[in-house]
Amino acid sequence: MSAHMVEDPAVRQPLVEGGKTFSDVTEIVVRAAEVPLVKTPSWWLISLFVAFTGFTLYVSMVGYLVWEGTGVWGLNSPNAWGWAIVNFVWWIGIGHAGTLISAILFLFRQKWRTGINRFAETMTVFAVCCAGLYPIIHIGRVWMGYYMVPLPNQMGMWPNFRSPLLWDVAAIGTYAMVSTLFWYMGLIPDLATLRDRATNKVRKTIYGLFSMGWRGANRHWQHYERAYLILAAVATPLVVSVHSVVSFDFSASILPGWHTTILPPYFVTGAVFSGFGLVGTLMIIAREIYGYKHIVTRRHMENMAKIMLTTGSIVGYAYMMELFIAWYSANPFERFAFWNRATGPYWWAYASMIICNVVIPQLFWFKKCRTHMGIIFVITIFINIGMWFERFVIVITLHADFLPSSWDYYRASWVDVCTFAGSFGLFFTLFLLFLRFGPAIALSEVKGVMPEADPHHGSHGGEH
Amino acid sequence: MAEQKNSKLFGVLAEFANPGDLLKAAEKVRDKGYKKWDTHSPFPVHGMDRAMGLKDSKLGIFVFICSMTGMLSAFYLQYWSSKIAYPLVIAGKPFNDYPSFGIWTFEGAILFAAFSALLGMFALNKLPLLYHALFSSKNFLRFSNDAFFISIEAKDPQFNAKETRRFLEEIGGKNIEVIEE
Repeated sequence: MSAHMVEDPAVRQPLVEGGKTFSDVTEIVVRAAEVPLVKTPSWWLISLFVAFTGFTLYVSMVGYLVWEGTGVWGLNSPNAWGWAIVNFVWWIGIGHAGTLISAILFLFRQKWRTGINRFAETMTVFAVCCAGLYPIIHIGRVWMGYYMVPLPNQMGMWPNFRSPLLWDVAAIGTYAMVSTLFWYMGLIPDLATLRDRATNKVRKTIYGLFSMGWRGANRHWQHYERAYLILAAVATPLVVSVHSVVSFDFSASILPGWHTTILPPYFVTGAVFSGFGLVGTLMIIAREIYGYKHIVTRRHMENMAKIMLTTGSIVGYAYMMELFIAWYSANPFERFAFWNRATGPYWWAYASMIICNVVIPQLFWFKKCRTHMGIIFVITIFINIGMWFERFVIVITLHADFLPSSWDYYRASWVDVCTFAGSFGLFFTLFLLFLRFGPAIALSEVKGVMPEADPHHGSHGGEH
Repeated sequence: MAEQKNSKLFGVLAEFANPGDLLKAAEKVRDKGYKKWDTHSPFPVHGMDRAMGLKDSKLGIFVFICSMTGMLSAFYLQYWSSKIAYPLVIAGKPFNDYPSFGIWTFEGAILFAAFSALLGMFALNKLPLLYHALFSSKNFLRFSNDAFFISIEAKDPQFNAKETRRFLEEIGGKNIEVIEE
């Protein structure tokens, strides 16, 4: 292995290694989806069982919450947001890597994205599901959820469009729909592959329906590619806007510690950071189990590590800048808010955040750490945890508001913990089902970046 | 002439070894003056639009119009509901608080653009079309794996089952099949 060689930027490693042909790539990717039901691997069944148990827990916890009211959570008077909003922001952050990889890296012509984009987009769609449910259950009376949507009603009431909380509804709703459309459009040619290889009627019918009768015609590819480009072009400002709008929930308020202009860029970078963290964690597992190592190569993982290093450092800069501005503002309330964050009763959360998000990812400066799967895996776990603490630190700023007599310590209840654990159940149930029955790697896109896909491949010199 | 015969035919299908051959063959089919034909590949082949002599996709204009519609409707929804239908003083903010309408306006543009891009793509491609004559060929189903094809339809004015078949052979087509409708 040539790990010690410096990569020549002019002659890069191929994106698909090991001299694979188009049909080898198809085989590798569809293998998992084509295993007959009776031969489903036991690790998958066990994982699904665990995930589904988690999902059941989620459903029961939400049921309990709806029945009893939000009092079952650890919320108290200054801490009205609690874990529900921490988890909402965390999940929506996770959901940012998908669109970043599929849209922004597409516009920048980063061809290596093809190996991981399907995986990341799928994660996005499911993470946004988990995220979107939190604000809905957080309102307590879920049957009033439709108040957030501008629906004509018999009371003649309309939502307050001047509130940042309603901006959130638009941002998350649009993001959920657009990322689903993007994901589905990318799936169409790959579902056609599964349809064409299907051996029984059920598979043929289901994949057939979802692939819309795709026949790889160039007259179709032409519009398809244009649609893909347009989706990428509109999803790029969208992905930047979503977490900015989420940050407006905080920054448009007048609370010390929240009312800062750094919040939108800081949230967006943090979202990309955490999104790549979870894509990294899951991809390392998947490439081991499914043998995607020739398609998701060391170079892919290294590139992801570089993005995590960059975004992690930007997040670290934001933490420092926040502290500096709090001091520089000379506003005693602002100063207190940050001093309290770092040294107050939640100092442990602040310390965990700094260690996991800023200190540990610095290991990615070393090539050895960027290319060693075990190390990347451990660091991504730290990032996932650290980013959760970041949201905790921000939300829990509420615990010390303007009136010291109303300050209160926030403790999550067992229902909070079980709901959060259960939301992983929801996520992994959906994710495992997709891994089992769908194309987990964007087949047509990976084939399109292989050297053999270039019509002038192998004709150097042959054609004068 | 062979009107009766041609109506039962869908056309002729030929396989090519790789994207390079497909591209060269497509140029020849274009130069021969065929109109109702297509190439089929597992991924979009770079430069194929020019090789086939296709005009630029019109999707962008359609998406732009829809996107602007979305943008204006989202703004008007907010203006109308906050100023006309349900004016309510909240925190002393003006009814037509246009700066804070920016988010929904932006999201409206994005949402309409995304839906119109996907649905417009389907409409231009005449999809979904769950059954197509080409699917009757076992060999054709490899298009989504690693095979490259050219199909020339019987509807083409220049089409002649024998002639077209010979032409495809001449430009390097393999496994040539006549596809019935």
